[in-house]
Amino acid sequence: MLVTAFLWSTPFLWTLVASFRPESAGGLGMASLLPDYVPTLANFRNAFESGDFALYYLNTAIVAFGILAVQIVTISLAGYAFARLSFPGREAIFYVFLLQLMLVPPILIVPNLRTIVDLGLYGSLLGVMAPYFASAFGTFLMRQTFRQIPRDFEEAAVIDGAHWWQSLWHVLLPMAKPGLLAFSLVSLMAHWNEFLWPLMVLNEPRTHTLTIGLATFALSTEGGREWGLLAAGTLLVMFPLLALFAVFQRQFVNSFMFAGLKG
Amino acid sequence: MTSVAAAQASFGAAGARPALGHRLRRRSLPWLLLAPSLLLLAAFTYLPIVRLAWESLHDKPHGTATTLWVGLGNYINLFADKAFTQSVANNLVYAAGTVPASMVLALLFALAVQRSTRFNAVMRALLLFPSMVPLVAAASLFFFIFLPGVGLFDYYLAKLGLRGANWLGDPDVALWSLIGITVWKNAGYYMLFYLAGLQTLPGEVLEAATIDGASGWQRLRYVIVPLLAPTTAFVLVIALINVLTQVDHVIVLTKGGPSNSTKLVLYYIYEQAHENFAAGKAAAASLLSVSFLLALSVFSLKTMERGAHAAS
Repeated sequence: MLVTAFLWSTPFLWTLVASFRPESAGGLGMASLLPDYVPTLANFRNAFESGDFALYYLNTAIVAFGILAVQIVTISLAGYAFARLSFPGREAIFYVFLLQLMLVPPILIVPNLRTIVDLGLYGSLLGVMAPYFASAFGTFLMRQTFRQIPRDFEEAAVIDGAHWWQSLWHVLLPMAKPGLLAFSLVSLMAHWNEFLWPLMVLNEPRTHTLTIGLATFALSTEGGREWGLLAAGTLLVMFPLLALFAVFQRQFVNSFMFAGLKG
Repeated sequence: MTSVAAAQASFGAAGARPALGHRLRRRSLPWLLLAPSLLLLAAFTYLPIVRLAWESLHDKPHGTATTLWVGLGNYINLFADKAFTQSVANNLVYAAGTVPASMVLALLFALAVQRSTRFNAVMRALLLFPSMVPLVAAASLFFFIFLPGVGLFDYYLAKLGLRGANWLGDPDVALWSLIGITVWKNAGYYMLFYLAGLQTLPGEVLEAATIDGASGWQRLRYVIVPLLAPTTAFVLVIALINVLTQVDHVIVLTKGGPSNSTKLVLYYIYEQAHENFAAGKAAAASLLSVSFLLALSVFSLKTMERGAHAAS
């Protein structure tokens, strides 16, 4: 087991070792897994200078958190409707949502790009975000979460004359925090990591996200000499996720199992 | 339901029936709440499928504004295109290479680290790591791992006295290199589902099997694997979706080459739409992919719902 786990994490280990390796080591020793050098931050500095990593960070954060903010509104409303209200066609509509779990966005990049162009959003971060504003997975998750909350609390609120939005905001949402956190982690990770769709929508370096920046970076470094630089860039892209994972490890594992499909 | 009754009772006590406006509002409330999601689902999931169907039956010659009805012409062109048929064949090989391997590994990993100890928690995290990083980042790491001669792979193979292949440059090998990356990246993720599945296994059954003298292998083969069937079905669906929808590593590492040997269907679609401006062929290939996913969902909607329930 230990051997497997070691083999499995070798690529990361290697990246870590390479990213702190001084450039003067050249291309010959690049494959070594041993940190036989004086660590340096030069690679990280170079990565920041040769790519616009600060800008890419900002763009990626805008996309990931922007999507999440809108999603929380749409999935809370829809989840509430499915969990607490009865109306004709509820089952059928719910299947319309469930089916979207399968029809994942990457398969629809061609027509969705047209839609984004028609809406005048081509090249903008909003264009990257728009197709994800509704989430079938999130709606499903909120429906399950709301259902597990006893109705007694809301009934008390309703008798006190509260409107539905008051009981949603003051009673249900605070109690649904674990579900919301689980969804947030999955959603943030999915959109932080996304590549193909932003690549199609964004057309100028000013708006590029981290994954596009990294890919451009990787394609422009030919040969082994710049491996240290690319290793540093790769670590920069992964770092926020690893930090998030370190903080929320338990929730991460739970929410991933919850997810199955991505936000 | 009692809340509604209570509310109506209180209205009843006030004398008249609830006002018409109030009832209308109650009726329209669900639709109001669902409207944002439904509009977005329509705009970015369901209308696009209609649009794909329409576009796959029409052609818009480059540089003109006219649109011609071409019937199944785009589909005929599509299947006449060697690059497309090869991408389908590649995708089948890719599926056969990634899905069973990553699922078997996932189950083995889960069995190995299922007991919750501090040591196992670290092992789980290490195995899960690859599934959390962007596929693009994984690809750029493997670009250097696969580098001929000086890359990590060749360097350590040389120490063992072996000679590595041209991992990404040899048409016979490149697809298998991508398969390796995918298995590495996904096995830990699928492990999570098996961990969840293992927790739901009834302990008595396993004990009974042990008492009856079943060996470790027999318990796995005749007790654990059959009981995990729902989990396996759920993971299989996710793995099949991944096979069709993840091509970031193809874009970064091989661009479908050498000589089309790593061209997967979605990469073909991306290329037709983005580089060759062959909208008709791209639409036809997209619609075929959508049909595949729809067929998969008919087979699995029940499984999905059950799986998601089990996981919650």
